[in-house]
Amino acid sequence: MSTVQENLTQTPLLKIWVPWMGCNVNRRRGSSVPQFCNSPTLIVMVGLPARGKTYISKKLTRYLNWIGVPTKMFNVGQYRREAVKIYKNFECSRKSLKGESHLTLDVLTSVFLIQVFDATNTTKERRAVIISFAKEKGYKVFFIESICDNPEIIAENIKQVKFGSPDYVDRDIDEAMEDFIQRIECYRANYIPIDDEKDRKLSYIKIFDVGSTYLVNRVQDHIQSRIVYYLMNIHVTPRSIYLSRHGESELNLLGRIGGDSGLSPRGLKYANALAAFIRSQKITDLKVWTSHMKRTIQTAEAVGVQYEQWKALNEIDAGVCEELTYEEIQENFPEEFALRDQDKYRYRYPKGESYEDLVHRLEPVIMELERQENVLVVCHQAVMRCLLAYFLDKPADELPYLRCPLHTVLKLTPIAYGCKVESFFLNIEAVNTHRERPVVSFHICHNRHLALPTISLWYINYV
Amino acid sequence: MRGSCHPKNTRDRAVCMTNCPTLIVTVGLPARGKTYISKKLTRYLNWIGVPTKEFNVGQYRRECLKIYKSFEFFRPDNEEGLKIRRQCATSALNDVRQYLSVEGGQVAVFDATNTTRERRGTIVKFAEQNGFKVFFVESVCEDPEVIAQNIVQVKLGSPDYIHCNSEEAIEDFMKRIKCYESSYQPLDEVLDRDLSYIKIMDVGRRYLVNRVVDHIQSRIVYYLMNIHITPRSIYLCRHGESDLNIKGRIGGDSGLSARGKEFAKHLRKFIQEQNIKDLKVWTSQMKRTIQTAECLGAPYEQWKSLNEIDAGVCEEMMYEEIQEHYPLEFALRDQDKYRYRYPKGESYEDLVQRLEPVIMELERQENILVICHQAVMRCLLAYFLDKTADELPYLNCPLHTVLKLTPVAYGCKVESVYLGVDSVNTHRDRPENVNVQRSTEDALQTVPAHF
Repeated sequence: MSTVQENLTQTPLLKIWVPWMGCNVNRRRGSSVPQFCNSPTLIVMVGLPARGKTYISKKLTRYLNWIGVPTKMFNVGQYRREAVKIYKNFECSRKSLKGESHLTLDVLTSVFLIQVFDATNTTKERRAVIISFAKEKGYKVFFIESICDNPEIIAENIKQVKFGSPDYVDRDIDEAMEDFIQRIECYRANYIPIDDEKDRKLSYIKIFDVGSTYLVNRVQDHIQSRIVYYLMNIHVTPRSIYLSRHGESELNLLGRIGGDSGLSPRGLKYANALAAFIRSQKITDLKVWTSHMKRTIQTAEAVGVQYEQWKALNEIDAGVCEELTYEEIQENFPEEFALRDQDKYRYRYPKGESYEDLVHRLEPVIMELERQENVLVVCHQAVMRCLLAYFLDKPADELPYLRCPLHTVLKLTPIAYGCKVESFFLNIEAVNTHRERPVVSFHICHNRHLALPTISLWYINYV
Repeated sequence: MRGSCHPKNTRDRAVCMTNCPTLIVTVGLPARGKTYISKKLTRYLNWIGVPTKEFNVGQYRRECLKIYKSFEFFRPDNEEGLKIRRQCATSALNDVRQYLSVEGGQVAVFDATNTTRERRGTIVKFAEQNGFKVFFVESVCEDPEVIAQNIVQVKLGSPDYIHCNSEEAIEDFMKRIKCYESSYQPLDEVLDRDLSYIKIMDVGRRYLVNRVVDHIQSRIVYYLMNIHITPRSIYLCRHGESDLNIKGRIGGDSGLSARGKEFAKHLRKFIQEQNIKDLKVWTSQMKRTIQTAECLGAPYEQWKSLNEIDAGVCEEMMYEEIQEHYPLEFALRDQDKYRYRYPKGESYEDLVQRLEPVIMELERQENILVICHQAVMRCLLAYFLDKTADELPYLNCPLHTVLKLTPVAYGCKVESVYLGVDSVNTHRDRPENVNVQRSTEDALQTVPAHF
């Protein structure tokens, strides 16, 4: 094209400017999220059993999916269990060390941008097989090796995650511990860590002693750099994260969205109840974070401790729909209202934001939450849904419909590979601001210019 | 006030109170990039709002000695030389203490070789006495080509060698490096395991990171791991003139005017003539930057973070209208344009925070053209040219002009190319009278002409 397009049009859902409507998005020149990486990447875990490989794999996978990078994790232990039906003792795993071969590599497809291969991968031969497999497929490879020789950490690890494992479900604890330690020795005999000299051409990070020291070699691209940054910020110190919305606001009472109003009388009551609740929890060194909006700050003021304001925690910007009721939106912007219900995660308000935009702006908050220990975050409905989706590994589809009612504190405590959630309703009545996912009907769209029947609008994805 | 508006550092386990200042200490033989890293890191930290200052001991030595004779000064058996060097280090540390404890600095970068364990021990003790955290940044490199390139780029032009020719300078400098080599004790994984540090090997091929204790150290490590020294150029420009520009209206999401479209064509020609290898093109998600990029006929990426500053209630207004409807806001903005936030909008300070990931990715990239907006371009330019928060909102970023930035030595070369297509001027200087009681005439004194 040698001339400037006379005009661009804006896609209705994402509000992205494109040269012409319906242009094939895969070939479209502008991409609405920065390209993280060009070719699929294989992340390969390395390390003896009970070194946190599965913990890291799951956490990393959860983080990458949340920031919008399709990632899948493959845990070889699971495949082994399926293959060997009943796990008798460690002899079995010794045999499978050799047989643990190409069958698992075949499941790796390029549907996902990132695939995490969670296994011990403790021998040079094993890693060489993976490297040549990746080369054949045109994948990049990034190794994550976890090295730890602190017996206390290892024992704690075994207790936390192994004893719940299907392998040990019907076993006595001491017997199980003994068996597992034998299993580790089995691998240790043949363990060759990544060699800083011989393997200097590989891309990898070595994590020593749960993050006390890191060795990073040949980071190739943006996504590997983000992965390294993430891994260097996570920790395993026990702590809890408290998520709560601001107390009920004046606009909440009027059924209006957005805005920057103060607390209603019930909202103020909640703020005091929250303060009492926090005191009763007897938390050491609690940090309190709020947004820059009046209602969260008013809520935090009642708690009576130092708090930090983050603009990134502000509620989703509803653009032209700010301070409207849902009825007014339906009346004035019926098409927008329908589009939002079709894809609430990606839908962007005119002159506003989408949930997808929210996730992007909350990423530094998540990174800092990972660094922190005990934190109370006083935020907003859409923001809280995004944060919760990160901790509970909810997909983009479910995120905008997560339940985050007013006057309820969620206490998240990381355990084993996931997160325990405790919900505390502080017994102060409030309006309900949750809008369920509506059933899509034939008559939703009033745009008669579209030749397509309205139901197929559901399947058109303007991403 | 209990709430603090800026997310601060700390997840401190140390004895220090929260927000205790940080002393960054460089380690390494001469010509390993310590000063390059110090200056770049200082520039980055100041840009993101962390008051930082670098203290180069070599500077102190030059002030003390007045005239540099030869490498003999650095010989390990030169008692007189050692005495002076120790004095200079002490003097620099005193200034560090002044900056961090008295002047409100948050980070100090102590730029010297610091190649012996003994010297580093002295610094650690100094930091402990004053309640500073210490983070070491060691640069290790044995590639003779990199070192030679280094010497040519920054040493030949140094005040030390002003009266020498290149060969003499290089020879002397190599001997200078030799003086340090025999006593060099790199940071050791075992002996120094309780220290917080990053060891950068071979210009970033490999890193060893030990005991990062807080947020600021984590950010520093992330930054250091993303910068590179591969030669490249960054092209910054605004979208072509827009319909709202012509009307003297700010913000909005309008398309290009006829002259703006003309500019897009000239931009394409300019880019083709520059013959740039593997050029990446970035735009915002606003119509006017995308229209400009579409004309280039190359793939481009849209970043929402590159969108123009949100003027909130003042969106799409003329300055005359802002003065009419919001005279108080208009005056407050002139009083502190960097920190002023439009009602329901953003401030330049907010912009910098949302542009930080863009800067981080710009550091990772090589040749790149960023098509953005006036306020956004001012923020990016301030980062590359080390402009203060006071200067930033008044940097000149006219329409239809491309800035080509090429990193050179310790800074950035700027070439400004006006592409010969007329446009309105959108630059508003700070008026003389910023008092909230000022007259309309005074308020509108510096508003540029429009249709």
